[in-house]
Amino acid sequence: MTAIRPGSQPPVAAPDRSVALIVLAVISSALLLISQESSWLARLPSALANFLKNPLVASLVLTFFLANLLFAYRWKASLWAKLLVGGLSLFLILPWAGRDNTSVLDLAIQIGIFAALSLGLNIVVGLAGLLDLGYIAFFAVGAYTWGIFGSGQIGKVLTYFKDNSANNGPVVAVGGLVLLIVTALSLRAINRVGGKRTPVASWAFLLAALGLVIGVTLLVRGLVMLAAANAAGLTSGVNPNFFWLFLILAIAAAASVGVLIGLPVLKLKGDYLAIITLGLGEVIRVLANNLSTYTNGSQGITPIGSASVPWFNSLAGAIGFTPDQYSLFFLYFVVLIIIAVIILANMRLDRSKIGRAWIAIREDEIAAQAMGVPLVQTKLIAFATGASFAGIMGVIFAAKQGFISPESFILNQSISVLSMVVLGGLGSIPGVILGAAVVTILNISLLPSLGEATASLNLPPQVNPAQLQRLVFGGILVAMMLFRPEGLLPSVRQRRMMHEDDDPSGNMTPQDSLAGELKPENAAEVYSPGVATRADNERGGGTQ
Amino acid sequence: MTAISNRASARPAPSSTILSIKGLTKIFGGLTAVNSVDLEIPRQSIVSVIGPNGAGKTTFFNMITGIYEPSSGSVDLDGVSLLGLRPDQVTSAGIARTFQNIRLFASMDSQENVMVGRHSRLKAGYIDSLLRTKRFHESEKEAEDVANLMLEFVGLSRFRHELATNLPYGDQRKLEIARALATSPKLVLLDEPAAGMNPRETEELKSLIRRIRDDLGVTVCLIEHDMRLVMTLSEYITVLDYGSKIAEGLPHEVRNNPKVMEAYLGRGAAAGEYGKEEQLKGGANA
Repeated sequence: MTAIRPGSQPPVAAPDRSVALIVLAVISSALLLISQESSWLARLPSALANFLKNPLVASLVLTFFLANLLFAYRWKASLWAKLLVGGLSLFLILPWAGRDNTSVLDLAIQIGIFAALSLGLNIVVGLAGLLDLGYIAFFAVGAYTWGIFGSGQIGKVLTYFKDNSANNGPVVAVGGLVLLIVTALSLRAINRVGGKRTPVASWAFLLAALGLVIGVTLLVRGLVMLAAANAAGLTSGVNPNFFWLFLILAIAAAASVGVLIGLPVLKLKGDYLAIITLGLGEVIRVLANNLSTYTNGSQGITPIGSASVPWFNSLAGAIGFTPDQYSLFFLYFVVLIIIAVIILANMRLDRSKIGRAWIAIREDEIAAQAMGVPLVQTKLIAFATGASFAGIMGVIFAAKQGFISPESFILNQSISVLSMVVLGGLGSIPGVILGAAVVTILNISLLPSLGEATASLNLPPQVNPAQLQRLVFGGILVAMMLFRPEGLLPSVRQRRMMHEDDDPSGNMTPQDSLAGELKPENAAEVYSPGVATRADNERGGGTQ
Repeated sequence: MTAISNRASARPAPSSTILSIKGLTKIFGGLTAVNSVDLEIPRQSIVSVIGPNGAGKTTFFNMITGIYEPSSGSVDLDGVSLLGLRPDQVTSAGIARTFQNIRLFASMDSQENVMVGRHSRLKAGYIDSLLRTKRFHESEKEAEDVANLMLEFVGLSRFRHELATNLPYGDQRKLEIARALATSPKLVLLDEPAAGMNPRETEELKSLIRRIRDDLGVTVCLIEHDMRLVMTLSEYITVLDYGSKIAEGLPHEVRNNPKVMEAYLGRGAAAGEYGKEEQLKGGANA
């Protein structure tokens, strides 16, 4: 393990705040529970109850409550206090508050989904430095993977094939399989040939790759035809218990699409890559719109099922959830588990040779390659990993909404996820989670409630916050970038890079001034080898 | 083969050649940047490629390391052709390099920079990293150990956790060398390692380059403008001008070669070039 790593430490000199943390957590939890429980609200004096019912106040209370998790993470406090506050908030108070008002759980799941998306995009943009404006496409792939199979759509698809195709399923499937095997073997053979590739070999490679894609398509089509006989049994989708399998399948599907999209475009970088990924992201959305046999086009797919675990449902029933809320309660915990796994995977990759290679590519592609980092392979790994996070959350999204349409995967969503990553801090895991939380709370809870709260004031539309939500959001983004360009919780790397010269103690060592002036032209003149280094005294935490 | 026997024999036997380049040519549009250059680098030697600015030296390096694809010619490392390999494959094959304009990873500290150099030699892959297998831990330890060893070798241990960009200029060049050495190369190509160094640092660099060869057994090929360094360090020198090889041989042969004098003197309109000529003579007298 190396010593300097992204992550966050509490400030060195901060006092222990265990007590403050617990007190705040108790206050905010109490406020949240009271404001969400109608039976408790009824017992309060009506003035206070009305105040707490005000949408803006309720939203602020919820935000305050969620902020506790941030405090628990950031503040210097005993581990038990942190775990107590974090654990109770996530596993007890939040579901409890969501019992009467499911919008709380809905918001929490939404934050979870966007946190996972941000973590995925963070790998692509924050670590590997590849600007991807079409990231939401992978989310769409995951969502449609479950959307089609988890709803009656699969029955419709099969019925369509039953009615509209000759009975040649086996022929198509076997033909596709043969083509698949032949082209795969020839690709392998072409790749085995060492040395410089001749133009003929390049064309042969392209041809074989095309054949491979056609082979896969034919195979799938053949299999669908073969399965068409079962159309009647699938009018409401596959067995909900396949949900778990589809979580895995969605990862595979999104990662494959990531590799497919990545292969041709990763030779480009910077602005060019951004534009081409933007285009490809739109291609996926347009495909979802136009392949209406499979996706039901712009009308979208509904209703989409979700897995159910009997003992979990009885648990939910026991603590007062109504049956139609079971799936939300269940998905909330699934999201918690997935987020935990994603964070773990993200941290492990970040602190490995893969993570180092990503950062090396971001810093200097030529040098990275000269040090033995295979560019295309490493970038593809970044693309596929980021895509797989989006894919698995796509399944959750489809299951939670029960409805998906191409409208959910527009360019705006990609930009929105990107803003979460930049706002939170490029390359910083806790940063992008916070960024996702802040943007999601603003968009879904705070700003709409601001509109609701002021709706009765009859303000003219020019100054009515309800009309100006996007403006307020934009203003917040601009202010954030002006005052904290490195993000809310920047990674250690980013912080060192951006604030290397603001030494908190204010005393510049001779080396400080030298480091700034050392340009190749005048290096020989200004550098004197006798000056002591600050390597040692900085270890005390100078810039941390 | 020891260093001394290498230095003693004027032309090493072909069997001891580590890198063999034949007819290497690069044409950019209508410009022939490197024109049919041959070069044989003996194992465990220190050789130099010199020439005036724009002579095609860096292009020559870029072709060897796979950054540019040669228009024609061949490059063989230990009898294996490097043509058509990507830069990272060339590195895996055993050639490491540094850059004329320093290319360190700015947001990484010195140790991490060198650890990246170990990338191609680590066995752990993606799955190992995710699952934190035994192989992952072994690889990480190897990377860290090699990095620390190399930092110590070039004398930068005290900067281990310092951001690479904060290092003094001369130390950044040494860090690049450490990073290149971490790839366990057979041959290391140094592109103007002494550029921007003061005389004292240049002396340190000279002994460092000798130690790379003597202690690590790595063959060194350098491009350099500092004639004093080149003349005292190299066992064999190749001179390029306008992309063509105009002379080669032992330092004293090259020093007295009229073509070389002309290449440096003939374009002597700029004061800087006179400076180089004086350096050339200075090296001769040293």
